[in-house]
Amino acid sequence: MHGIGKRFRSGLTALEAIDLDIGKGEFLSLIGPSGCGKTTLLRIIAGLAEPSQGERRLLMAADTGGHISSGRVGFVFQDPTLMPWSTVIDNVLLPFRLAGRVGSAERERVRSEIRAVGLAGFERAYPRELSGGMRMRVSIARALVTDPDLLLLDEPFAALDEITRMALNDDLLRLWESRRTTVVFVTHSVFESVYLSTRIAIMATRPGRIAADLPIELPQPRERAQRTSPAYATICATVSEELARAMAERSN
Amino acid sequence: MSAGRVSRWWHIFAPLAVGTAFLVLWEIVVRINGIPPYILPGPSAIAESLWTDGPSLFGSLLVTLRVTLAALAAAAILGGMIAVLFSLSRILELSLFPYAVILQVTPIVAIAPLIIIWVREPFLALLVCAWIVAFFPIVANTTVGLNSADRNLLALFRLYDASPVQVLRYLKLPTALPFFLTGLRISGGLALIGAVVAEFVAGTGGAETGLAFRILEAGYRLAIPRLFAALFLLSLTGIVIYLVLDGLSRVLLRPWHESALEEEEE
Repeated sequence: MHGIGKRFRSGLTALEAIDLDIGKGEFLSLIGPSGCGKTTLLRIIAGLAEPSQGERRLLMAADTGGHISSGRVGFVFQDPTLMPWSTVIDNVLLPFRLAGRVGSAERERVRSEIRAVGLAGFERAYPRELSGGMRMRVSIARALVTDPDLLLLDEPFAALDEITRMALNDDLLRLWESRRTTVVFVTHSVFESVYLSTRIAIMATRPGRIAADLPIELPQPRERAQRTSPAYATICATVSEELARAMAERSN
Repeated sequence: MSAGRVSRWWHIFAPLAVGTAFLVLWEIVVRINGIPPYILPGPSAIAESLWTDGPSLFGSLLVTLRVTLAALAAAAILGGMIAVLFSLSRILELSLFPYAVILQVTPIVAIAPLIIIWVREPFLALLVCAWIVAFFPIVANTTVGLNSADRNLLALFRLYDASPVQVLRYLKLPTALPFFLTGLRISGGLALIGAVVAEFVAGTGGAETGLAFRILEAGYRLAIPRLFAALFLLSLTGIVIYLVLDGLSRVLLRPWHESALEEEEE
């Protein structure tokens, strides 16, 4: 993505001159204060919003003339965004149903994805019968079921309690490690972003822009024990500092 | 929740106790004051009339019920279809919705005579009157429902290149179902009112006599116990229609909608 800008009709400049190259297989976190345009940027990457200026180019989509074919991008919203009238299995099946492919192969794929997010046995449950964390797992399964090249997550764990959040962090890491899908993860939490990412882009506000871009060099695979390691603490401190600087710039 | 367990019993007992007390008091007041039955019959006189005139009143009830149910079915089908058209075309909604409102706010008593003049076939005339009253809640509710699809789900459908038909079928229609059913429950009662009003205006017109006309007739002849008996049947019909539609709504929404949650869930 080069020189991405977004101006709302209200005249508010949400994003200005964003340059961001996302490498294949990267786990990139976008972190920044509220209102810095993280979500807008993510929606532009997904193709759900159009930039007012600049271009978005996905190399993986180059052969289809820049149009991202459906199923190449998975999106997880801040809310689980499930269809309350459908069972877990039908919710996860949705991308296939919309593509007009509902065969036994797809059904098997859906089942294995539900197992992969740890919800085996809940296939026939309705969303209201599940806890917040389980609903989010369904949402992740739905995003991953098409085996996307790019997985976008918009503060998916913000509404969850700490324990559920840690468990989902670990599960997301395992899923990423086994598939190496390119991930862009929007979050408010420094600790979460450092633990998960291979790279963190820190955003500043008014106008929204990328203030710092840090690679996270913690050993792979990440283990929960690392959350108490000195290296982890140092990186968290660095990210927090950069974040504080990005926020201070605004008031000048 | 303990309040829930108590309430299940009270749901039946409390209204039953109030009803019984009311009937007993009514009977006592009528007997003590010696009120003649052509002014206010006691519950026992009404029950007696219900017993003797029951079969003929029941035949009239079926006539009224046929109009009511046909109007309700027409309102559900046409109302639902109009709402879907509105959701597909904003321009259509903007241009036609005000007229649906006008049709709704114009008192049916005022237009019923016209409809009865214009539509020669009596059953059809009554049907049109009842339909006009019944269709608006369904159109209005379903339109709101079709427009309340979750924005993120809409975005998700867009991400997967869903066609407008897919959005309608897999997202908008299921979202609108509870709204449609709410409209249907309101319309059930209104269709009955519409049918009764139309019968009042139409009289017999040579057709089979509905329950509303029997009420008028009983009034003219000062057969007040029979009037009350017919009134009782009419109310009972309204209650049954409501309960049936409420049950339908529960069955359809049971697996997922908050309104159909069983009490033991909490």
